[in-house]
This record gives sequence, C-alpha cells and structure tokens, in this order.
Amino acid sequence: MTKVLMKGNEAIGAAAIEAGCKYFFGYPITPQSELPEYMSKEMPKVGGVFLQAESEIAAINMVYGASGSGARVMTSSSSPGISLKQEGISYIAGAELPCVIVNIMRGGPGLGSIQPSQTDYFQATRGGGNGDYRLVVLAPANVQELVDLIIEGFDIADQYRNPVMILGDGMIGQMMEPVEFKQPKKRDLPEKDWATTGTKGKRKPNIINSLYLAAEELEEHNKKLQEKYKTIKENEVKVESYNIEDADIVIAAYGTTSRIAKTAITQLENEGYKVGLIRPITLWPFPYNEFNKIGDNCKGILTIEMNTGQMVDDVKIATKGRFPVEFYGRTGGMVPTPNEIVKKVKEIYGGEK
Amino acid sequence: MEERIVVAGFGGQGVMAIGQLLTYAGMIEDKHVSWLPSYGPEMRGGTANCNVIVSDDAIGAPVIEEASAAIVMNKPSLDKFENNIVKDGKLFINSSLIEQKAEREDIDVYYIPANEIANELGNDKVANMVILGAYLEATKLVKQESVLEAFTKVFGENKAHLLPLNKEAIEKGAEAAKSQERVTM
Repeated sequence: MTKVLMKGNEAIGAAAIEAGCKYFFGYPITPQSELPEYMSKEMPKVGGVFLQAESEIAAINMVYGASGSGARVMTSSSSPGISLKQEGISYIAGAELPCVIVNIMRGGPGLGSIQPSQTDYFQATRGGGNGDYRLVVLAPANVQELVDLIIEGFDIADQYRNPVMILGDGMIGQMMEPVEFKQPKKRDLPEKDWATTGTKGKRKPNIINSLYLAAEELEEHNKKLQEKYKTIKENEVKVESYNIEDADIVIAAYGTTSRIAKTAITQLENEGYKVGLIRPITLWPFPYNEFNKIGDNCKGILTIEMNTGQMVDDVKIATKGRFPVEFYGRTGGMVPTPNEIVKKVKEIYGGEK
Repeated sequence: MEERIVVAGFGGQGVMAIGQLLTYAGMIEDKHVSWLPSYGPEMRGGTANCNVIVSDDAIGAPVIEEASAAIVMNKPSLDKFENNIVKDGKLFINSSLIEQKAEREDIDVYYIPANEIANELGNDKVANMVILGAYLEATKLVKQESVLEAFTKVFGENKAHLLPLNKEAIEKGAEAAKSQERVTM
C-alpha cells in the first residue's frame, strides 16, 4: 500500500478501523476532536457504530458494555476528559475487558490548556482509577508508529483481556506525516468465550463483573491479575535505544519529546559530544532493564519531559543509583527546544568534553 | 538537506494549505516530511501558522526553532517570524498586505504582491498559490508537478476543476520571484 499524508488524530481512526474496531464512543475535546469527527464519517462506511455520548463517563461505560459483548471498541479524549473516564477504566481493568483508550494529552491540572503536554504519565502508568490495576501504555513518537501501535494495541488488549492506553500529546495528534497501514506480526489470540453474546439456551450465562464481596475471592482475583501483569512485563516491553553503551550522557525521553531530543543529539554529536538515547515505547511495562546496558563511563542520565518530572521516577528506579539522574522539562503547553536540551547536556558535562 | 519552513498569515489566507501542499509534494518525491499546525486560540481571527520540514533524513523535532525559510502573508506574521530565520535563509513577504520592509540584512527577501497578482487572475483566494509559486522558484525544494499532483490529494477530487487556475497562480508567483531579482538588503 502506498503512503498517505495524514494528521495524527485521523490516522488513529483509520488504524483502528484497519484493526477491525467496529465501535467508537467519545466526546469532543481539543486537541483530539478530529478523531471522533473522522470516526463519525468513516465508521458507518464499514458497518460500525460511532456514537457521541452525553459525557466522557457515559462514553467509557459504553466501551465497557461493547467490550463485554466481545466487540473491538475504542474511545478517545484528552487529559481532563481522561480524568472523567477513570472510574470506568478501573471497572474495565477489574472485569478484564479488552479495549483501546486514546489520550492526546494537553496541559493541566484541571482544564489547563489545549497545547501539548505529557503531564498524565503518572495517571496512565500508576492507575488514575482505584485498585491495583495496570494499563498497557504505548507512547508513539511519530504518526507511523502511532498507526502501528493502535493496530497492535487491539491485539495486545485481546491477548491479555486488558485495556490498552495510547498516550500521545497534542503535537502528534495535530501533525501530519506520511503513513502506511501494515498488519502487525500475527498473534495467537484466544477465543472470547467469556463475552456476553447470548447463551442460546446452550450454556450458562457469562457474567461481566468487577465486584467480589468475599475478601478471599477478591484476593484470588487480584493474584490472577498480578500474574497477568507479570506475563505482560515479560513479553511486551518495547524500547528504542541509541548509542547507550559508550555515551557520556544518556537522554531518556518518550513520545514527541524524544524527537526533539534526537535533534539535540545530532547537534551535540556534530560538536563532538557522545550522547545516547533511551526511548521507552511502552511506558507500562517500563523498560527498566534497558538502563542496565548503559556503559560505566556514563556521567549521568538526563530525563526530558513536557511536565515537571514524572517518568524521571521510573528512570531513577531503573538506574538503581548507578548514575546521577537529572531532569529538564517544560510544562503548561510549552515545548522544549533542541537548543534548551543542548544547553542542559553541556551543563551536565560541566564544560569538559 | 533539511528545509524548515514556517508559513504564517491570517486564518483564511490558506497558509495551512501552502504547508500541506509542500509536505505532500515532498512525500511524493520520497523525502521525509512533517507538517505541524499552530492550533491555539490564536487561530480565531488572529494569525495562524504551520511548520513544514522536508528532509533527506528522518525528522527529529517537528517544531521549528530556526527556519530556513518563512512565508508571511500578513504583518503580525512578519513581526513574529522575521527573527526566527537562519542567516542566509529566505523570507517571502506578501507585499500586497505588508507595506513594511524586512529589517534583517543577512537573509534573502522576496516581496511578492500575492493578492494583486491573484486579483489579476480573477480570484483573490489564490494569493497563497502565488506566493507558493515564488517560494518554489526561489528554492527549488520540490517540483511544480509534485505540488500539482498533491493538489487533488489535499483538496479532494471535486476541486480538480480549479487546478488550471492554481497552476497559473503558481507560475505567476514564480515569474514575480524571478523578475524582481534577489533583493538582498
């Protein structure tokens, strides 16, 4: 298939349809509104359903229902809207239902701004809803990867019966890049024999539920969830690394911020500095082990985020105190520039190459 | 080669379209491309802009800090972006709406009366294509044919009947860039 130029938000919709998503429930909010708009136009063409719910809370509960009946389903929003969805997300995780949730982040807290940010890292990776649950969190850095991760995200969700979150920001949602649609490596996906599809009088009813009133039962349920999360940690970590074995400084950044870091790294290399990059693609499970590969001569790690320091906590866990961990961030919708990153790296060098 | 272009003007002047045509044309020529719009509240009646990168290599930051060229369709855009252009970069000024001259002396400046030329062609709306034509002539970033091929991809097949007018606008813009010589101040 030839490449087409698409806006990130529209590419998400096209990728979801390519993955067989037949249901989309959402509510508009900048900077992701092109996605529901695209779905409202395209879903009917493939015999799917687009529904603009009365609120984000309604939308996520429609996802709960559709997923419970075995359908491939997606919702999307931006930061404040994703906050509203947290109760439903916790229920979906508790009931072990597959779905894809897209968060095109904007500045916060509260209504914040409509400009790009990465301030929902904690919410996405630590669970914004109640209970000991985890989302698989995928963080694309360009529109092609966004498409690939949406398509694979539906498979991951189905394989583990777990919600998958795509964590992007306003920049990737709004920008246009060439994309092509490719099917991911085939996974052996289990039958959805748990779905509430009607018994036809031939089996006991399937029940979708996250309520376990007996403490013993809920503990067993949580143990089962933790076993599943362990398997996901073993199988699903994705990370991109560049030159970390003999770098003097390693930058850790994800999503669009990692691209800005790459521009800074090229600039620094031209001046003779040795700078590597670790770009987590899965934020949960976090690629902790990748940091073990950093060479001993490394002077420090610089984490760059569009927030005041969230992923930096995971970087500190990953480095186990082997290296000093520095942080540079912009927030409120401000985007760090390559020159700012270059300056910060030189500061860490302390004036010596 | 990496060309970093800022296109700016009032909402409605077609600056996003100029950017998309350049981006699509770059993709047709197998280059790496990205297009990033401003999407703040400023778009309602103020200035709008987009950042376009066309490169031989994979594109890092899609945000342009230092532009190799800027196309400005109104005065607020000139004020905002003149100082973001690299030394020896190019600046395309819509002189129909911007009376003031550029202050920089270390860049190449082209004064293109885009709206006047568009009006001569009978349609003020193609002013953006006029200045795009000037840009293409001055930089040779992508071929005119690629831009014309991109036209129906960006605007849809139902706009194909407007292709001859837009082609003419591009050509008039190119002539304007050629005839005025390079204005190095």
